[in-house]
Order: sequence, then structure tokens, then C-alpha cells
Amino acid sequence: MRIGVITFPGSLDDRDAARAVRLAGAEPVPLWHADRDLRGVDAVILPGGFSYGDYLRCGAIARFAPVMSELVPAARSGLPVLGICNGFQILCEAHLLPGALTRNAGLRFITRDVRLAVENNRTAWTGAYQPGERITVPLKSGQGAYAADPGTLADLQAAGRVVVRYADGNPNGSAGGIAGVCGAEGNVVGVMPHPEHAVSELTGPTADGLGFFASAVAAVAR
Amino acid sequence: MARMIVEVMLKPEIHDPEGEAIASASRRLGFGQVVSVRQGKRFDVELAGPADEAAVTAITQLARELLSNPVIEEFTLHAG
Repeated sequence: MRIGVITFPGSLDDRDAARAVRLAGAEPVPLWHADRDLRGVDAVILPGGFSYGDYLRCGAIARFAPVMSELVPAARSGLPVLGICNGFQILCEAHLLPGALTRNAGLRFITRDVRLAVENNRTAWTGAYQPGERITVPLKSGQGAYAADPGTLADLQAAGRVVVRYADGNPNGSAGGIAGVCGAEGNVVGVMPHPEHAVSELTGPTADGLGFFASAVAAVAR
Repeated sequence: MARMIVEVMLKPEIHDPEGEAIASASRRLGFGQVVSVRQGKRFDVELAGPADEAAVTAITQLARELLSNPVIEEFTLHAG
């Protein structure tokens, strides 16, 4: 089982994502933004950070990286893809996920642990959780407020495509307290908080985030 | 050399906390008449050729695909 982690210029959390993959029992495979090659991996993670310095808009430049020309069709064909934080922003800019991430309502960059409710456990990245399960993982973002037009929000809600929602208040002004969404098929998931920073109690607040990576391992095995 | 200007603004329904912070700072500075501020971006695009119809079509496409995110922003284009 091989799970790729893309490194863009300015990615920060690629090492933690690779470690999370390893702890979940899969082999992390480094992927490079400038290569038009997914190296035959079974799933892909777009990690957090500040790709291309967040120039123009978060994720707006990374969307056009050479590796994305391979990733977008693969994701549309069912490859499990997880975007975390900046990775979520990139997936939205690439139109693999609906909506956009905008500046936090309070303007402050938020770095703290948040409780999330897992609302959809039928995605490739959340099968290890129970519906409604509460998990605690770190949030660290300045532009994490999820925004979409009312029609899109209603569609996401009706189709159960809100994957995780902030459970103790709304830290950043996200529409409907949405912390993560998935594509129509459930293979592409974007989350603003960081499950890869909560994979062992030695280095994170909890090991609650490990389920995202274990879920993908189980989904690919099926 | 011709120039085109692309201005990008958040859609009116999208919350603009930066604009609000600027409005609040304006009032603190004594500009009490400032009711609200919306912050946007302006791109000065220099062209190799003239700003003809083909250039307008191309730069409109650039504005839609790269300079703005149509989910949250709208743009206007005019000659520089």
C-alpha cells in the first residue's frame, strides 16, 4: 500500500503527513510538484503549508503545478485524495471540491486544538470513524473560513457531503461551521484542521487523526 | 505597449474581515464618515501587442481562471 504526499514549494506538513501514513501501516511516497508523475500510488495527500507563499490566493498557483495535471484526472477517476489545510485550499482552487477558503472572521491566525464532529464516515478517508464521533485535532490557519453560495451549501448538506464540522463553536466563521467536505464520490476529501498532527499522543493532543489515514488504507485494500 | 487593468473584489455576500478592520481603523483615526470599506486587488497587465478584441478575450480568460476565484470574487476589466 503506497500513499503519495505532494511537496509544493512552501509545503510545511509533508513530513508529518508521511509519518501519519507510516503509522497507519502504509508506505509514504514523496511526490514533487514539478513532476507529472504520481509514481503509481494508491492514494494522494496534499499537505498543509503555504504553497507558493500564498501568493494571489491560497492554493491558486499550486493548482497549476505540473503534478496537478496528473492528479486532477486521477481524482476524477476515483483515486483517494486528501487535502489538509493548504491542501484543501488547493483542491477547492482546482475545482475538485466546491467552495473556497477565506480569511478567518476574527482576522487572527488560529493555532489551537479543536473538537470536530465526523458527520460522514462513508468517504475514503473517514471510514474508521463512527457517524457523529467527536475527535480533537489541531487547527492552524489564517484563511480557514469555508465559503460557498447558499445553493452549494444546501446541496452539500442534503447529500451528506459535510465530512467534519466544528463541534465546540465556530472558530473561524466557516459557513455552517464546516471544517471539511468531500466530492460527490467520497474519494476526494478536504479538511481545514490537521489530522496528521494528531496521530500519536507523544507528539499531538490525541491520536484521533490517525483514523483518516487508517481509513484510506482500509479503503484501498477493499 | 498596451496595458489592461483587472480589478478583483470579493462578492458582496462574502465576508471581508480585512475591509472591516480597515473601516474600524479609519474611524479610530477620526474619519467618522467612513461607514464601510471593501478591500480588493488591482492587476496592471502589460501586453506585448495592442489591447484589441483578441487581447480582451485572452485577459478576460486570465482573469476568470487565475486572477480571480469565481466562487468568492468578481472582476472588472478596463484599458490602462
